[in-house]
Amino acid sequence: MTAGPLIDAGAAQASGPLLEVDAVSVVFRVHDGALVALDSVSLELRPRETVGLVGESGCGKTTLARCIVGLQRPDSGAVRLDGAPLGQRRSARERRAVQIVFQDPYSSLNPRLSVRRTLRELLSVHGLSSREGLEARCRELIELVGLPPEALDGYPGGFSGGQRQRIAIARALAVEPRLLLADEPTSALDVSVQAAVLDLFAEIRSRLGVSVLFISHNLAAVRHLCERVLVMYLGQVVESGTREAIFSDPRHPYTRALLAAAPRIHPVASAPLPLRGEAPSAIHRPAGCSFHLRCPRAEPICSIEEPRLEPVAGEPARRAACHFRDDPAPRA
Amino acid sequence: MSSPALSVRNLIVSVERPAGRFRAVDEISFEVDAGSSLGIVGESGSGKTLALRALMSLLPSAARVESGTVELGDESLPHAGREARRARRGRMGMVFQDPLSALDPVQTVGAQVAEVPRRIAGFSRRRAWERAVELLGLVGVPDPAARARAYPHELSGGLRQRAAIAIAIAAEPEVLLCDEPTTALDVTVQAQILELIDDLRARLGLAVVFVSHDLAVVRQICPELAVMYAGRVVESGRTERVLERPGHPYTLGLRGAVVDLDEPLGPPRPIPGALPDIAALPTGCAFHPRCFLATAVCLATPPALVEIALPGVSGQTACFHYEQLFAQTT
Amino acid sequence: MSGALLTAPQLELEGARMPSFWRRARRSPTLLAGCTITGLIVLAAILAPILSPDRPDQQDLFHILSGFTWQHPLGTDELGRDELSRLLYAARTDLKVGALAVVFPFCFGTLMGTVAGYYGGLVDSIVMRVVDVVIAFPFYVLVIGLVFVVGPGERGIYVAFAVADWVVYARTIRASTLIVREADYVAAARTGGIGDLRILARHVLPNTITQAIVYVMNDIVLVIVAVVTLGYLGLGVQPPTPDWGAMISDGQEFLTTRWTLSTIPGIAVVLTGLGLSLIGDGLADVLRPR
Repeated sequence: MTAGPLIDAGAAQASGPLLEVDAVSVVFRVHDGALVALDSVSLELRPRETVGLVGESGCGKTTLARCIVGLQRPDSGAVRLDGAPLGQRRSARERRAVQIVFQDPYSSLNPRLSVRRTLRELLSVHGLSSREGLEARCRELIELVGLPPEALDGYPGGFSGGQRQRIAIARALAVEPRLLLADEPTSALDVSVQAAVLDLFAEIRSRLGVSVLFISHNLAAVRHLCERVLVMYLGQVVESGTREAIFSDPRHPYTRALLAAAPRIHPVASAPLPLRGEAPSAIHRPAGCSFHLRCPRAEPICSIEEPRLEPVAGEPARRAACHFRDDPAPRA
Repeated sequence: MSSPALSVRNLIVSVERPAGRFRAVDEISFEVDAGSSLGIVGESGSGKTLALRALMSLLPSAARVESGTVELGDESLPHAGREARRARRGRMGMVFQDPLSALDPVQTVGAQVAEVPRRIAGFSRRRAWERAVELLGLVGVPDPAARARAYPHELSGGLRQRAAIAIAIAAEPEVLLCDEPTTALDVTVQAQILELIDDLRARLGLAVVFVSHDLAVVRQICPELAVMYAGRVVESGRTERVLERPGHPYTLGLRGAVVDLDEPLGPPRPIPGALPDIAALPTGCAFHPRCFLATAVCLATPPALVEIALPGVSGQTACFHYEQLFAQTT
Repeated sequence: MSGALLTAPQLELEGARMPSFWRRARRSPTLLAGCTITGLIVLAAILAPILSPDRPDQQDLFHILSGFTWQHPLGTDELGRDELSRLLYAARTDLKVGALAVVFPFCFGTLMGTVAGYYGGLVDSIVMRVVDVVIAFPFYVLVIGLVFVVGPGERGIYVAFAVADWVVYARTIRASTLIVREADYVAAARTGGIGDLRILARHVLPNTITQAIVYVMNDIVLVIVAVVTLGYLGLGVQPPTPDWGAMISDGQEFLTTRWTLSTIPGIAVVLTGLGLSLIGDGLADVLRPR
């Protein structure tokens, strides 16, 4: 029985980040022109870290996830694992290191394979267990995600959404990854079930030492789970920082708008007006700052000069792509 | 005091399953006044969507209304068939979760909105189109005259939902039913649509029924709330009161399970057990297997929805032990 | 690593276990009806030597065009050959040809459709253009033309169907493959490092092939009808091997006197078609994953 994840503790803790996304861009050619899905996006993930990626539809978060996992080739920039480039053609070891849990629990499992066969397929392809050990390892995995061993005999069609997500998580953990991407894993689930799945992710990080990149539009869930947060808009990272910083003192007007728009059980007395309009087309991007047309803080410079993602004054760990990152309050 | 705009009493909806016919909605009752809005909250299997569709006489073929009354003002509505649709025409409108499938892909949105005044109020083509543009403007579509000529797939999710809302209110209905209208939308767009619905409610004096699984969303725009579980209303009352001092263990559990932006960080507490399937409901109170207050009486008899008899607390709950809950939160 | 991270709510596992294929098959009335009808016909064909009163090519010129008698339960044709015997032996011929003729189109069409759908790009374009060309020909024109070229008889039928019939499978499978290719579980398999071949075999094909399997049943009917049609035109199975098409064609002249000579083989074709269609429909239900 394997003694836990194959974290190469030496290499991981030694130097630098586990995952680096370095100025990755992805452009899709469509009949109207060029759709910029990702515009020079960079991020870093350290071992045992949980990072949240927040954004609305069209911001590029799914494309970014696909690049990291190897399902999408970046048009420029690079993805690196432990400093080594990670292309689309990956070795088995590289494949194992990064796994993904998808949003839709109903299409993420092959309806014709039993749970056991789904798990065994991965285990045998990577030679992770001896013949005798396969069954034991499957049991281990299924119990790890909180399901009874009988679940191995079942087929996806017989499980609820929350249970299927657990099975999908077991599958992702089967190859002992060091990084787990979760692309909106709770959005399709009932409210009372979401809590349990979120907890499962927290445990995965703390007990297995797996880093988690948590992609979601649910700000409250991200706040509960993630130490660091990145906010994306129209293919760019517009703000990044620790959980405390982002949620208590956002410096980018879009982040502020997101937090203002998120419904809460205790409504804020003086809620600012919702953001006007909708995100512009990713094909015909506005000049200057991509957000300026909807921005309550916009000033003439915003339509001319595109702001860079730079640290906020006095807080080097915090970055915002806004000319007014140090002075975010809207003018009266 | 005039009668409420919408009044539902003891509505029962059954559903056909391989194992037999089961009640998906089990004697629910509620009232909504004109200009007011009621939120109905529940998870899968709570029956909230079927209840709404029953009100609109839009049940799928496997489901049917068994009994109960649905009244608009003083008038009792038939449940099914042609008379049912005729009776609701122009008086009840509905907004669905997915605007892309709620709109006809081969017609412009303007044509779809215009169809309502043409069919119901007998407007001429030109006048109906003008009215459609007016309505699209009313629901906040920028440059409505041009947008009216667009097809649904050419519009963003938010604009589509606005168009769908325009269709729903085009006949100036008394009641607006909303089935998770913002679930498929982005957070910022959701905020806009919620504001729109609330605005229309006030301006047009609509009685709004808003079904959602999201407690925070209903908190935004519904002063009254009903919580459904396994086909029954387990608690109802003013939203503020229900969410701040829940009178039913399920509501309490739901509150504890939901992650919220303002609450202190700490693990959310999932409700033990699983949502029941209507074909295999527990005896007595459907929630008892998951309830920390359950006693022998809970296994034996399903609790009725009763008025909360405590000073300073209003609303109804279907729990034998509600005093214990309130004792904890005084 | 022992111990659960977090226990999930009670599992209702009754629903999760999928009843075996056979149990589900037993529960489908359509499938059972189809199997019964087809089964009886196949059984009759297999037992033809036992059930037939005479040899199918045995001529009895003293009893031509006779009605139903004890000696010839279904009568005789214009050469005195026993109809029942010919019917049973013809069943052998037609069922065999029907089943064999679809094998190549099924396999080749599925292969082409899968490759075209999964890989896309140039491969897809080439395969689809070939499909377009073949489909552009009216089916019977193509089949008759090919049989003419290769020569009438069984071999011609197999060749003709190999060329003309695979395209439907290719198109159907390609459409299903395009959809399945985008499914999250396929993406998960790719992310998990599972190779293309294995993905195609384990994840794509099982989820796309049901459509083809259901179609195969109807295709066999199509082949039998085509064989019958070709036989009617003299291009099908050659005499003295009996086949329903030739029987129908030969019996034409006697429609006013002995109408049973053409009608009875016609009914046999219809019943076979019915049985196979019912199997196809039944399979469609049973093979769908819950």
